[in-house]
Amino acid sequence: MINSEQVPRSTVPFGPQHPVLPEPIHIKLILEDEKIVEAIPAIGYVHRGLEKLTEKKDMYKSIFILERICGICSFMHALCYCQGLENLMEIDVPERAKYLRVIWGELHRTHSHLLWLGLFADAFGFESLFYECWKIREKILDIMEATSGARVIISTNTIGGTRRDINSDMLEHIKKTTYEIEEALAYIDKVFFDDNTVLVRTKGVGVLSKKDAYLLGAVGPTGRGSGLPQDLRTTNYAAYGDLDFEPIYETDGDCYARCKVRIRELYQSQKLLRQAIDQMPEGEYAVKVTQKPEGEVVSRVEQPRGECMYYIRGNGTDILERVRVRTPTFANIPALVHMLPGHQLCDLPVLVLSIDPCISCTER
Amino acid sequence: MGLFDKAAQKSPWIIHFDCNSCNGCDIEILACLTPLYDVERFGVINVGNPKHADILIVSGAVNQKNQRVLKNIYNEIPEPKAVIAIGACGCTGGIFRECYNVMGGIDTVIPVDVYVPGCSPKPEAIIDGVVKALGKLEEKRKKMKEKGEENPFLPEEFTSELVEIPSLTSETKEPVSVSHNPEEPK
Ligand code: SF4
Repeated sequence: MINSEQVPRSTVPFGPQHPVLPEPIHIKLILEDEKIVEAIPAIGYVHRGLEKLTEKKDMYKSIFILERICGICSFMHALCYCQGLENLMEIDVPERAKYLRVIWGELHRTHSHLLWLGLFADAFGFESLFYECWKIREKILDIMEATSGARVIISTNTIGGTRRDINSDMLEHIKKTTYEIEEALAYIDKVFFDDNTVLVRTKGVGVLSKKDAYLLGAVGPTGRGSGLPQDLRTTNYAAYGDLDFEPIYETDGDCYARCKVRIRELYQSQKLLRQAIDQMPEGEYAVKVTQKPEGEVVSRVEQPRGECMYYIRGNGTDILERVRVRTPTFANIPALVHMLPGHQLCDLPVLVLSIDPCISCTER
Repeated sequence: MGLFDKAAQKSPWIIHFDCNSCNGCDIEILACLTPLYDVERFGVINVGNPKHADILIVSGAVNQKNQRVLKNIYNEIPEPKAVIAIGACGCTGGIFRECYNVMGGIDTVIPVDVYVPGCSPKPEAIIDGVVKALGKLEEKRKKMKEKGEENPFLPEEFTSELVEIPSLTSETKEPVSVSHNPEEPK
């Protein structure tokens, strides 16, 4: 019998260019045979220095810069920044703008979760499922294009409201689409929940206990999959206070649970969209801003990947002194590194994707 | 086009590298592969290995750390190859141009054949870019043929270093037997 010290260790580099992850991250894997014993992440391939750039531009131009921290949840980044400045300058945002923010926000969550489901299916080699998920996602992108003119980076947020309105015909269309999406989801969620080939790859893989999740500071679906019922939407920013919903969580803490949380959130988003459309008041959607930011503020929103935090400090001029961004993936990387050891090399893509990593968010 | 040329044509295989982008361009590139746009029906396949690829699609600007990776990937792709820069970032540095860690567009590091502007460009524009790159590939292949490089699929460095096979008639007094029949007299 070979004792474990005799098994030779080998080092396998994963990334920066790797077919599974579209984004460049380098993970140095120390293997014992096929088993991962250590994982050392190295980042820096997408670092641009956007926080520094905001110190050169005025606060309105910074919206467009901060939106480009991440193309997938760009709306949420702008939302977090604008809400922070609005709190700082004590601006009363019109009710309609708050509802518009909920609508675009939930559309973004839907498209992000569908994108993730597709990539997750691709990670365990289920290519046709990947296509199915992305097919549904195109419906959302069509709405985004119709309401804002762009498919991905929609730039509709501004300080004091939104830059565009959505008319009633479009709202009807969105409502109709939510039903279509639910129908299409019911068709694919069976595969994620019950299909044997999927279960073999996800059930019991990468278990993160509730205590570990809490101690490592896991946020978003990663934390909720381990039984931490924390959802920042319950802090009632934008119009979420008027809407009826409960944070979704599962208790198993494995890849399957994290996947289940996201699928259930997709259904929840559709319900929220319909509620928001039904309750939306008429009126203005932006107010003129005359104040200048002075002092400091912390602003938080729930992004598709978890909690995003902005710290903003102004000095009474148009140009902000400091903007600090802490993104959900940054909070989830310790949990990932904790999960990896002890798994087979072939489980790595599934594990890495199960936290829904967004490297360009993390590095800014 | 002769019969051989027709037979030697192949579908463009693509490798995608995310250089410094915000993901906006990457998801649009991936969207090209999904059922709505479905470039696979034209034979365009996204591969993970640079040695299989013809076209390199790069999104985002170049920074100090990833320029080495980008150069490596570019050098590993066999000739003839084409490079497409996607998005405002890929073309010039775009919105990130003034960042301290950004060196500029893709063309500061490797030669670019096709530029696809937009932030982010729509999948239609990306497909159009790939079609343009196909034209460039064809031109490059023709040029390589004119230069007398027999096999257009071999990279330049290799063809120039090909060892000349000594002819059997000159100098060698006793030519090595090349016959397959051992009983044949020498
Ligand atoms: S061009 Fe725009 S969408 Fe594309 S990577 Fe750059 S900022 Fe993102």
